[in-house]
Amino acid sequence: MIADLLETSIIISVLAATVRIATPILLAALGEMIAERSGVYNMGLEGTMLMGAFTAYIGAYYTGSLWLGVVIAMITGGLMSLIFAFMVITLKVEQIVTGLALNLLGSGLSIFWLRAAFANAGQTPTTPFFDTVPLPLLSDIPFLGPILFDQKILTYVAILLVPATWYFLFRTRYGLELRCAGENPKALDIKGLNVAARQYAAVIFGGLMAGLGGAFLTVGSAARFVPEMTNGRGWLAIVIVIAGLWRPVPVLLATLVFSFLDALQLQIQGIGVAIPYQLLLAMPYVCAILALAIRRSHSGAPAMLGIPYWRR
Amino acid sequence: MTTAPATPRLTVRHLTKRFGTLIANDDVSLSIAAGELHCLLGENGAGKSTFSACLYGLLQPEAGEIAIDGVKVELTSPAKAIASGIGMVHQHFVLVPSFTVLENIVVGTGSGPRLDMTAARSRILELSRQFGLEITPGRLVADLSVGEKQWVEIVKALYLGARLLILDEPTAVLTPQESERLFAIIQQLKASGIAVILISHKMNEVMRSDRVSVLRKGRLVGTVTTKDVTRDDLTMMMVGRPVAQVHARSKPGAGETALSFKGVSLAKGGRTHLKNVTLDLAAGEIIGIAGVAGNGQDELLEAVAGLVRPDSGNILLRGEDISVLSVHDIARRGAGYVPSDRFRDGLVSDFSIAENLILGQHWDERWRSGPFLDETATRRSAETAIASYSVMASGPDMLCGRLSGGNAQKVILAREFAKARHLLLCNQPTRGVDIGVIEFVHGELLRKREEGCAILLVSEELEDIFALSDRIAVMFRGEILGVFPRDEADITRIGPLMAGHAHGAAA
Repeated sequence: MIADLLETSIIISVLAATVRIATPILLAALGEMIAERSGVYNMGLEGTMLMGAFTAYIGAYYTGSLWLGVVIAMITGGLMSLIFAFMVITLKVEQIVTGLALNLLGSGLSIFWLRAAFANAGQTPTTPFFDTVPLPLLSDIPFLGPILFDQKILTYVAILLVPATWYFLFRTRYGLELRCAGENPKALDIKGLNVAARQYAAVIFGGLMAGLGGAFLTVGSAARFVPEMTNGRGWLAIVIVIAGLWRPVPVLLATLVFSFLDALQLQIQGIGVAIPYQLLLAMPYVCAILALAIRRSHSGAPAMLGIPYWRR
Repeated sequence: MTTAPATPRLTVRHLTKRFGTLIANDDVSLSIAAGELHCLLGENGAGKSTFSACLYGLLQPEAGEIAIDGVKVELTSPAKAIASGIGMVHQHFVLVPSFTVLENIVVGTGSGPRLDMTAARSRILELSRQFGLEITPGRLVADLSVGEKQWVEIVKALYLGARLLILDEPTAVLTPQESERLFAIIQQLKASGIAVILISHKMNEVMRSDRVSVLRKGRLVGTVTTKDVTRDDLTMMMVGRPVAQVHARSKPGAGETALSFKGVSLAKGGRTHLKNVTLDLAAGEIIGIAGVAGNGQDELLEAVAGLVRPDSGNILLRGEDISVLSVHDIARRGAGYVPSDRFRDGLVSDFSIAENLILGQHWDERWRSGPFLDETATRRSAETAIASYSVMASGPDMLCGRLSGGNAQKVILAREFAKARHLLLCNQPTRGVDIGVIEFVHGELLRKREEGCAILLVSEELEDIFALSDRIAVMFRGEILGVFPRDEADITRIGPLMAGHAHGAAA
């Protein structure tokens, strides 16, 4: 039965699923990468994504527009991270603790709101969801076409964000300033530049992306909201930023590795290989722990990551 | 310096800055001409840093006005100060090690989203040629020597268009040769009309300025033309009383060997910290270790104190090999250790003076009654220590975190001197303390020497080393490049060795 996995059609199906599964994680990880490059550790990614997933669903349900749902999810993610930014940048509260609190907020608020909105929370209505948009010509390429070019628009957005964030970080003035804020904020401050403004912008961008990633989970695929449906994806995104050395392309590669494991375990379950499925489910997370153990040293991490900036 | 030109580059009138009830700058007025090297002299806490922070817009004074080239400016932020042509090189480097020199200089400048690195690079090269600052834009700052980092800091300020440059203790980290380079650069800056404010407490540097303004306890004692005054005049102005420079001392005692290093080597994290160090220290002798910070001095003392274990070689204390003993056992054999970072390694800030004085010896019979601490005994001995070391404190219960740097140092000295029956390890005992305390520390070290204690002294202040040592050893990259009796040692012999020049290697 393991041999079935080597069929071309199965390989294509696993790889296409990999790209699909990667989408929300990649969006959140690229956003978190930008936030961390500015020196702020947003541990509240899981809760932010969860709220994004929920508000996209409820937004699409009430407005009847999937795209409005997406916009609402991004605004929600932005607001969540605005709260976070105010706490850790302005009030200089411990970043990790604040992030954990944000996760609890996301978890509690989404369940509470779900129950408030629908009397029977066990049987919530479904919404439509985004279809795939095959790209003309490209999707006809054998093998690669169905894997890369027959995906949803948000997937294309996520992939395009890799070169976009790279260009921003390493080729623009704003990117240089953002990285400087994460490495040595004082170097910006003594040139008369506002460190906090740059960190706010980076953290809010991270929130928008987490909201977008969350939206993909509901209006992008599941068409409904299930409590705690992010299921560790936000945490995985944080691990991926570390494993990806705070750089866009390695972040993409790390995301694909984790997503491939996830896609593979789904396929193995589907074929019915006699391995306990709980074990298979754990694979991406075991891999995450291994990745962290191998990348023990935080080389490549912004020097002032997680440390609030005081002028004196 | 003749009389100042009609419009000075900088005019400060009646500047006052308060922190709560403390007046850090009290009605300070001065003016600096274009092309002038103006030195700001004062003890720690005299208000030099506050004054320069006000000039750079990092602090806002409560009263007073500042004018640049005769135009009044409101310096509410560093951005305003930069726009007014004020540049500052901070006491500690403000650089990003993982950025290139170019990126460090360019970050935060320019307009629009694009980074125009080509234009920036040629401007930087032009500036560095003009002022004799040798920098390579493409190199990573992490790979630069300390001196090169200092040149980058200066170019950074010039790149922003500084016409008045504040240098805050710029030579603290430089070798004597690099300091000479700095003064050559300052000459170039002056020649192009840039006014330079030099904050320093090193008299030989202060004497090279055009004028000196002396601050004491936040007030301007006076501004003098440097060539009209002597060092003693300036010290007198700074401290407010005459300072005894020379301590009487006996001939170096030909005591028996107290401490000896036999081929001690230590490497850690891919770096050589100690390289085959062999050195003997006699009872009643002070050996001063001269060297630029980070050349193995810390590790040398830590190896003796037992904080790091050498990879090879032996360290003998009165004939006994202590290189395998624990910190505790070494201390019990009569070794005291004064670490360089007093608030990090020397004291517990949240403990009282009495508690800090028994730190590490609280097991001792003297402070114990049964399993309990004998509070009466600890308090009584703390009172004695406070009195005999003239610690300015409210009493034995005062928390050490609330002491000034000088008084905290006295608490550490009191504790470690009591421990040091045979050997005293002293790392930077006078860093960041006032002249009064420096005098006191020098006196105490010499008294300890008279008692027959062997003293290993590490200091970045060559003045300490020359004032106290019987012999001077120069360390470079973990190696002792030379040992001189004090009368044969002078700066022309020590300086090149500090930069590693004995081996023909560049610093």
